[in-house]
Amino acid sequence: MYDSPKSETAVQHAIKIAANKVQVYYGDTHAIKDVDVRIEDKTVTAFIGPSGCGKSTFLRTLNRMNDTIDICRVEGEILLDGENIYDKRVDPVQLRAKVGMVFQKPNPFPKSIYDNIAYGPRIHGLAKTKADLDDIVEKSLRRGAIWNEVKDRLHAPGTGLSGGQQQRLCIARAVATEPEVLLMDEPCSALDPIATGQVEELIDELRESYSVVIVTHSMQQAARVSQKTAFFHLGNLVEFGETSQIFTNPKDPRTESYITGRIG
Amino acid sequence: MTEQKQHIASAFDRDLEAIQAKIMKMGGLVEAAILDASQSLEARDEELAEKVRKGDAAIDELEEMINEDAARLIALRAPTASDLRVVLSVMKIAANLERIGDYAKNMAKRTGVLVQMSPIPGSHSSLRRMAREVERQLQDALDAYIRRDVALAEDVIQRDLEIDQMYNALFREFLTHMMEDPRNITACMHLHFIAKNNERMGDHATSIAEQVVYLVTGETPDEQRPKQDKTSTDLGVAPEGSYVENSKDA
Repeated sequence: MYDSPKSETAVQHAIKIAANKVQVYYGDTHAIKDVDVRIEDKTVTAFIGPSGCGKSTFLRTLNRMNDTIDICRVEGEILLDGENIYDKRVDPVQLRAKVGMVFQKPNPFPKSIYDNIAYGPRIHGLAKTKADLDDIVEKSLRRGAIWNEVKDRLHAPGTGLSGGQQQRLCIARAVATEPEVLLMDEPCSALDPIATGQVEELIDELRESYSVVIVTHSMQQAARVSQKTAFFHLGNLVEFGETSQIFTNPKDPRTESYITGRIG
Repeated sequence: MTEQKQHIASAFDRDLEAIQAKIMKMGGLVEAAILDASQSLEARDEELAEKVRKGDAAIDELEEMINEDAARLIALRAPTASDLRVVLSVMKIAANLERIGDYAKNMAKRTGVLVQMSPIPGSHSSLRRMAREVERQLQDALDAYIRRDVALAEDVIQRDLEIDQMYNALFREFLTHMMEDPRNITACMHLHFIAKNNERMGDHATSIAEQVVYLVTGETPDEQRPKQDKTSTDLGVAPEGSYVENSKDA
């Protein structure tokens, strides 16, 4: 008998982050309602949804970036490798070394390219010697797919790079502390299509080592780079599933309306 | 399926409607070709047969237009979910319709040969019934498509069995005629191909109905539908003209 080509099944990865009944409030506003989600290791998970749906807010709960906002309150639990990141014993700074973040607008420090990368490893004491640090910087810039473009001017200011290069520098900076999870909040929205393509290619490579969570307004980008997609609407997680299923046959009519570009 | 909301880009809605309108137009031409081909055979009407042969070019042209429209829609609009399924199903249905058109044209070609021979008694009415049934199947499949009616599509898929059975009966009938009198062989070979064409057209109508199920549900129906075309495994007819029962079910 011939084997059915359908018999190959998708690879199942370990759960990296598990969110259970997460609620986020900004003052009286209930921004995230009862969100349960399982984010897998070595997988790109995309959060999509209209503006104000809570996808960025939820992303920021994953490395406690919301702690910096006074009126913000988080309930429920978020487990990173089974441990609640909102536990009192967890140091947010250590957590953010494990769960790195890349923002919408490239925001290199006003320092040299080298120091941009070396900053994190220095404060976390990851390098014992100058040679160690050089190693980390080179490795990170290579991972950020920008090494060849900057290797001859490591001591030039990071802010002198082009937008796309700056964003890859920020990704390199985020991976320099050896994170386990990489959060990206619209990493390409300020980039041109070529730089976007390079960053997307990079995201796909990063997937081999990290769990990547990306918030994006571009549905095509979510379709291109992610394996799992979560659709948020009005603070609810409406649908979560395989990216291919979400984009070909979504189960919820709200998802369908949104991704097909209908008024929803 | 509940009534879809409109796209934010209204031109997208118009594109989708236009491409589906072309499918319906193509469907109308193909239905007429089936009926005309069958009518020309029965009435031994060479002129009508010629009309069917010439008419196929318009069907082919429509298929080409639909494929171009679909390619443009994919490139410019990047359709997703049900929009994507509309575009994919439209391309497949256009291909099915084009093949049905070819079979109708082939029937009309054979009619040109058959009118020069003495008729085989009884064959015409059976072939006409078969063509009617095929045309009805196609009509229902296209209705199901435009109404997004899965129940009707499922019905079409199930009814293909009847066309297969008609083909089986004709296959045996022609075989009998050929054995009785070798002078019938040429005509019966042509008639058999016409019957086979009808059977194939039925399969394409079924395939259109399957596209309807895919379009609405996002899933292709199971292949486990009843099949009754046993002629490809049939041993033939016993010397007395009695049938050899096929023990193996399809």
